[in-house]
Amino acid sequence: MTDRISRRVFLRRAAASGSILTVPGLLAACGGGGGGGGGGGGTTEAHKLAKTLHFSNWTLYIDVKNHGHPSLDQFQKKYGVHVDYREDINDNASFFSKIEPDLARGQSTGRDIIVMTDNSRYPALLVKKGWVEKLDKSAIPNIKNLVPQQRNPSWDPGREHSLPWQSGFTGIGWNEKLTNPVTSMGDLLGNKKLKGKVGLLTEFSDTLALVMAYNGDDPSKITDKTFNKAISVIQRSVNAGQVRQFYGNDYASALSNGDLVATMAWSGDIVQLQADNSHLKWQLPNDGGDIWTDNMLIPKGGDVYTASVYMNFVYDPKIAAEIEDYVNYVCPVLGAKEALVKQDPAIAKNPLIFPTKQELDNAHTIDPTALNNEKYQTTWQNLISA
Amino acid sequence: MGFGFLHRHRNTTPYLLLAPGLLFLGVFFLVPLGYLAYQALQSGNIDFGYQFTWAWSNFSDAVRGYGGQFERSFAYAGIATALALLVSYPVAYWIAFRGGRWKNLLLLCIVAPFFVTYLIRTLAWETILADHGLVVRTLTDIHILSPGGRLLATGTAVVAGITYNFLPFMALPLYVSLEQIDPTLIEAAEDLYASKWRAFFRVTFPLSLPGVVGGTLLTFIPAAGDFINAQLLGSPTNHMIGNVINSKYNELIDYPAAAAMSFILMAIIVALVLMYARAVGSEKLTG
Repeated sequence: MTDRISRRVFLRRAAASGSILTVPGLLAACGGGGGGGGGGGGTTEAHKLAKTLHFSNWTLYIDVKNHGHPSLDQFQKKYGVHVDYREDINDNASFFSKIEPDLARGQSTGRDIIVMTDNSRYPALLVKKGWVEKLDKSAIPNIKNLVPQQRNPSWDPGREHSLPWQSGFTGIGWNEKLTNPVTSMGDLLGNKKLKGKVGLLTEFSDTLALVMAYNGDDPSKITDKTFNKAISVIQRSVNAGQVRQFYGNDYASALSNGDLVATMAWSGDIVQLQADNSHLKWQLPNDGGDIWTDNMLIPKGGDVYTASVYMNFVYDPKIAAEIEDYVNYVCPVLGAKEALVKQDPAIAKNPLIFPTKQELDNAHTIDPTALNNEKYQTTWQNLISA
Repeated sequence: MGFGFLHRHRNTTPYLLLAPGLLFLGVFFLVPLGYLAYQALQSGNIDFGYQFTWAWSNFSDAVRGYGGQFERSFAYAGIATALALLVSYPVAYWIAFRGGRWKNLLLLCIVAPFFVTYLIRTLAWETILADHGLVVRTLTDIHILSPGGRLLATGTAVVAGITYNFLPFMALPLYVSLEQIDPTLIEAAEDLYASKWRAFFRVTFPLSLPGVVGGTLLTFIPAAGDFINAQLLGSPTNHMIGNVINSKYNELIDYPAAAAMSFILMAIIVALVLMYARAVGSEKLTG
């Protein structure tokens, strides 16, 4: 699968400008910004780069070529740091539970960077519990490239502990060979022809936001009444056998191989899967979707300096553009758009990377107080696991 | 010196010999069990931490909220155990009495799938039972499945997965007890004019009972607590108590609820095993 994706990306890039062949030139061009930040270091122990950077991320979330990751290779070439890149995050809750025992005991998780979504309770919880390190901003001059609307999230004011990796939308993906377009949650949850071939997401916020929008309720202000209504709509569909399973990132393979005909899905994933199966389509539901941001965090015990240097590296617009060209999510780095358009003019029209105002208006964010409501969380977990 | 010591303290010898085992049990079973009990009576949440408050309500909440999953777990485990017995018995019988010099190779074939990890074996079933896979297509063609029917994400798939995954636990004890049967006893029964079937039911089967009891226990107990099969091969309506415990422990980080449920599961299993042992006679457990 990766072979085909990488060939597609390779051809597209080669056709666009041939820039893939001039990686050294590209490195030289961006060396000023990145090197400047790291240049001041090297005197104290804290400013020594580690040999290896342990980076845990979600699947389908970084550039891929020939089973490797060009952006990580460039990082290694430039800083001599090998990146141990692990795609071991399938959903926020189960990943948090994987690292929670170590963090609670004050032990290192063996990871330097993790990526968690702001529409789950976990980034806020990690900050509140002091389980993440402060960024070494002296090593991240490129933080100036962070888009202004992302600079002050309520759970981490001033971005002391986090930097966005990507933003994205939650919508509906379907296989057009097997069904007519599925463009509303009502269709997904109720259309008899899809029975047993429908996937929902284990993520509380994603599924609730879309169902509430379909109910005509506002996901950004959740009340007991609107919450219970959404739960009963989902429960009815589960009981009727409409829903095959609740998925994390693993919905991707089920959709590709036809076990799922339609499923809730994250925007950029489907574009990447299309390389393998051109019949896959994706859109925000007519009644409204969900927008979120995934954040890089340094769990306690991670190498702050090395992780910060890496964050600085990916906040270089050119590197961000390279990753973007592959992942098809919304990039939080200023200047990446210009770099990307220069590299691949066709992509400027891609609404997944450069969302239109209409799409942004149609995408909700979840009520953050609902994330920490134990009663809601328990009800949700009972629904998806029982 | 050692002998002299043992001789002088003859009464303590059995305890000394038991000591390593008891120590192991104490450290790796009783201590965690005690901690689990301690956790099961805590209350609180992940944000503010958990405190020990004698929260017996964890137990009543578990029974009230998840009775269905408990029932389903024992139903699935029971069916899977019965199926595993039906499948394994003829195989073990054949290997024990007709295997000849191929015995070891045939046993290896039964154990071979175990060289692959549990998770991978179950994931393989996901592929085998896929909606567009060979099995579903064949069953549809011979009209066992209705058109558009499926196996994956159904209770059938979960039970099939459990049966497959625990089959060797059933087959090996059966083989061992069948292999020990003296064939001359069966010949004697036939000499006394018993038919083949009568000889089997009056001689062979009773003598193999220790294997049957051992096999069913080794299959049923872990199967009742399993969650991997339900998670990978089932749908949300097929989830077992193991799934709930897993989600309480790993998703909600609600340790007290998970611990209380684990205790209830353990208590039910112990009760069932005692009833079973009483019914078949406890000497069958040891042969």
